[in-house]
Amino acid sequence: MASYSTNEFRSGLKILIDGDPFIIVENEFVKPGKGQAFNRVRIRNLKTGRVVDKTYKSGESVEAADVMDTEMQYLYSDGEFWHFMVPDTFEQYAADGNAVTEAKNWLKEQDHCQITLWNNVPLTVTPPNFVELKIVETDPGVRGDTAQGGVKPATLETGAVVKVPLFVEEGEVIRVDTRTGEYVSRVKD
Amino acid sequence: MRLRAAVLRRLRRWFEDRGVLEVETPVLSSAGASDPHLENVSAQLDGRAYFLHTSPESAMKRLLAGGSGDIFQVCHVFRAGELGQKHNPEFTMLEWYRLGHSLEDMMTDVESLTRDLCGIRRPLVPFRRTSYQDLMRQFVDVDPFTAAVPELVDALDRNGIASPAGSPLERDELLDLLLATVVEPAMDPAQPLFVYHFPASQAALARILPGDPPVAERFELFFGGMEIANGFHELTDTVEQGRRFDRELARRAEEGSFVPARDDALLAALEAGLPDCSGVALGLDRLLMYIADVDEISDVLTFDLARA
Repeated sequence: MASYSTNEFRSGLKILIDGDPFIIVENEFVKPGKGQAFNRVRIRNLKTGRVVDKTYKSGESVEAADVMDTEMQYLYSDGEFWHFMVPDTFEQYAADGNAVTEAKNWLKEQDHCQITLWNNVPLTVTPPNFVELKIVETDPGVRGDTAQGGVKPATLETGAVVKVPLFVEEGEVIRVDTRTGEYVSRVKD
Repeated sequence: MRLRAAVLRRLRRWFEDRGVLEVETPVLSSAGASDPHLENVSAQLDGRAYFLHTSPESAMKRLLAGGSGDIFQVCHVFRAGELGQKHNPEFTMLEWYRLGHSLEDMMTDVESLTRDLCGIRRPLVPFRRTSYQDLMRQFVDVDPFTAAVPELVDALDRNGIASPAGSPLERDELLDLLLATVVEPAMDPAQPLFVYHFPASQAALARILPGDPPVAERFELFFGGMEIANGFHELTDTVEQGRRFDRELARRAEEGSFVPARDDALLAALEAGLPDCSGVALGLDRLLMYIADVDEISDVLTFDLARA
């Protein structure tokens, strides 16, 4: 099994702790004048998303997590699994509900997503930063009504609900930032 | 770079005014540092392995034993694996030795020089001096000489520092972790602080003052919670120095780290007679960080490791 020495620690590195994959969010090297050096790291559990702090004696090694980011195309969902394909090799992967908790709101067939594979199984699915989705339901906007900050809820084709400006209408395609879940603009054909 | 040039000019004048001779010693050395906490950078030359010095200490002591009198040196030193906000594996060290200086004299020397250099841009308030024991009592409420391992682990917990996974830490390692993660960040940023009389187990190349407990005649200077300099009342006893080398090398072997050849040239120099003296190593880049009021060592380096 591959391992990383603390010398190689940097943010983004994926390591295995107690059987779970973690990603290093922050790494700080501390050393008193003449003494033992330490690496203080903030790490995020890639399965649960929980963030914890750990301390390592510098020079120690930690097992590397076999975690790989791969770009794949979203194919379809059968309700239980979400299916993806690597465009170059046509290899297919099925992600379970845990892997798409966040992402499923934004998945549109044919879109390219980043899939994090752990031991070759999809661990998390990251949708593109911006997606273009069609509004399937929203109230007609009333001009001049700015009581709610000038926004109204709109349901998208994926089932996600986002706040849109009043002038946006049903059937229009909008651009959404998937990291914040916020409306960006209308998309004109 | 201009600030660096100004500081170099000023420190050379400071030493010249006091009759301290500037010297140069080789960067390449056939003996590596034995300190288990330092990692050597090695170099190949004509099929032989050398090391880039981690400090010019050994070579400068050979000069002192040869009768050089007071000396100073500004040079680049190399420590593998030390990379961070306040660390770059290649950095500039100012090291100097004064004959007949006690540890207290040497703190006064350091204060006078750093006050002079900081005067360029960031004048200093009067320095404080505190013993290592008082420091640890004040900041983390433990007696570094008597506290047992569980007490130190508790102190770390209390301050929200996760104890390392893996092999359990020894007392000195726990004290190091407390100092680096709890005490240093809590220091008054505007108050230069000398910490002296470290535990005898952390003596490195300092004399040990017998007593209860025995303490190392060693000090460190902190600016803004950052260690700037380390000074020793230098150990001159050949037998004791040989014992410490052997212990350090044995420890490296035990830890499975690289074991360099013993620095017999230094032992021979001590045998020939190292005069009573104190010495200081000062991280010049960190002093520049303080003067320039920046948080990253890369901000004061011409080119840091990533751009080297």
